[in-house]
Amino acid sequence: MTQLGEETQKSGANAASVSVIAAEWIQRRQFWDWSDKDQAELDAWLAEASLNLVTFLRLEAAWNRTERLAALNRTFSSISEPENPRTDRSFLVRIAAVIIVIGLGAGVTWSALRPEENTYATPVGVHETISLADGSQIELNTDSVLHTRSDPVRRLVTLEKGEAFFRIKHDAAHPFVVLANGHRITDLGTKFVVRETEVDAVEVSVLEGSARLDAENAEFAVLKAGDVAVANTHSLVLEKGQDREIANALAWRRGMLVFSQTPLSNVAKELNRYNAKKLIIADREAGKTKIGGTFPTDGIDEVTAAARLLFGLRVEDRGNEIVISR
Amino acid sequence: MNEVNAWFVKEVLALEPLLMQYLRRQWPNQSEIEDLRQDIYVRAHQAGTRQIPKSAKALVFHIAHDLLVDRIRHEQVVPIEAVADFDKLEIAIDMPSPDRSVIARDELRRLQAALDKLPPRAREAVVLGRIEGLSGKQIAERMGISAAAVSVHLTSGVKALGDLLYDEDVSLERKP
Repeated sequence: MTQLGEETQKSGANAASVSVIAAEWIQRRQFWDWSDKDQAELDAWLAEASLNLVTFLRLEAAWNRTERLAALNRTFSSISEPENPRTDRSFLVRIAAVIIVIGLGAGVTWSALRPEENTYATPVGVHETISLADGSQIELNTDSVLHTRSDPVRRLVTLEKGEAFFRIKHDAAHPFVVLANGHRITDLGTKFVVRETEVDAVEVSVLEGSARLDAENAEFAVLKAGDVAVANTHSLVLEKGQDREIANALAWRRGMLVFSQTPLSNVAKELNRYNAKKLIIADREAGKTKIGGTFPTDGIDEVTAAARLLFGLRVEDRGNEIVISR
Repeated sequence: MNEVNAWFVKEVLALEPLLMQYLRRQWPNQSEIEDLRQDIYVRAHQAGTRQIPKSAKALVFHIAHDLLVDRIRHEQVVPIEAVADFDKLEIAIDMPSPDRSVIARDELRRLQAALDKLPPRAREAVVLGRIEGLSGKQIAERMGISAAAVSVHLTSGVKALGDLLYDEDVSLERKP
C-alpha cells in the first residue's frame, strides 16, 4: 500500500468519530458555560488536523442554518408563497416578492428599484429575515424600513427606521456599510444589531466579531463582541461587557422580549413598537414599577395581568389602548 | 472566520448534495461514503489553503475522481461500473448547483423536516435550545434529565442535523 492509500485509510477510519467530537464542541459552545480556556482547547483541536477543521465547519454551517427556524417560524408560516415562482429570477427579487405578499396583506408600501437595489419594510409586530445574494442575512425587526444597494465597490444598507440584526459575510474587498441617522457602521467580520433610538441617535451592539462606528460628529469607535455604543449628534458612548444585555435585546428574533428590573414605562415603550394596541402609562409613579421576565412581543395581556395582579395597578382597556395607573 | 474557511463553507459545502450523489453512484460500498466525503473535504481545504481556486466544483470533483482511482488501485477493489462511470465525471461537473432561490424558498420546510427526523429526545433538546432559547441547564430542568444526558442528546442532534440538512438538499432539489 502506498503512502497515499494509508493516509486515506487513517483519516477514513476516523470520520464518524471526529463528527461526534465536532458536534460535541458545537453544542458545548452554544448551550453551556464557555470560557476562554474552552475556546483555546477548541482552537487547539481544530488546529490539530484538517479533518477536525473541515468536520467542524461542516456541522457548524448546518447548525447555523437552524437558527433561522425560530426567526422564520412566526412570520413565514402564515404567508402563502407567490404562485408559480420563476426560477430565472434573482434571489433578491424573489425575497422581495415574499415581502410584497406581506406588504399587501398588512398595508405596507414597498418598492424595488433595480435588482441590486431594494427596500424592505416590516409592519408593526412582524419581523423578517432578508437573505442577500452574498450569503449575508439581515433580520428586520418590527416597524422598520431598510434600503439595500450593492455595487462593485461596496454593499450599502440604509436603516431608515427601526432596528435590524446583521449577520455579515465579511469581504474586505467589498465592505458592508450601514447608514443610520447620519452615523456609519462598517462591518469588520461581524454579527451586530443597529437600532435607531431617537431622531438623531443610533445604538449599535456587537454580538460577534467587530464593527466600526463612525458617528455623525466625526468621533469613531471600534466595537468588539459584547460592546454597545450609542451615538447621537453630539456624543458617542461605548459600554463594554454587555453580552447578556445584548442577548436579551435580541430576544425579538425569537418573538420574545426580555426585561430585567425594567421600569414599566420602558416596558410599555418597548411593547408599543410591536403592537397596534398601545399601552399608556398614566402616571409617573406607576411607570417606575420594575418588571422582569420574558414576554412574547405581542404579550400586552401578560404584562397588564402582571401589573394588575402583582403590583396592584389599575388597568383600563379602552379598545385601541390600555391605560395603566395607580 | 478566515478566508479559506469562509470559502470552504460557502463554495465547497454547497456542493455536498451533488458530491454525495456522485459518490453513491460511483462507490459500491455505501458504508465508506462518509469517510470518502470527509477525505475529499480535507484535500479540498488543503488545496484552498494553498490557493483558492476559481471553481470549487471542478476542484472537488477532480479530487473525488483522483481519490476513487487511488482507492481502487490500492485496495484492489475493482467495481467495474465505477471505472466505466469515471467517463461521466464531466457530466457531474456540469450538473447545476442547487438554485439559491429554491433553497431559500424551501428552507423552513427543510429545517422542519430535518427536525422531525431526529430521535425524539434529541429533537426535544434541540427545539428547547434553538427555538425556545434555553441554556443547557434549563433544558435539563425542563426535560427532567441530567446535564450530561442533555449534552449527549444535543451532540447527537447537531451531528444528525448536519447529515439531514445536506441530504434534504438532494431530495428537494430533484423534485422540479
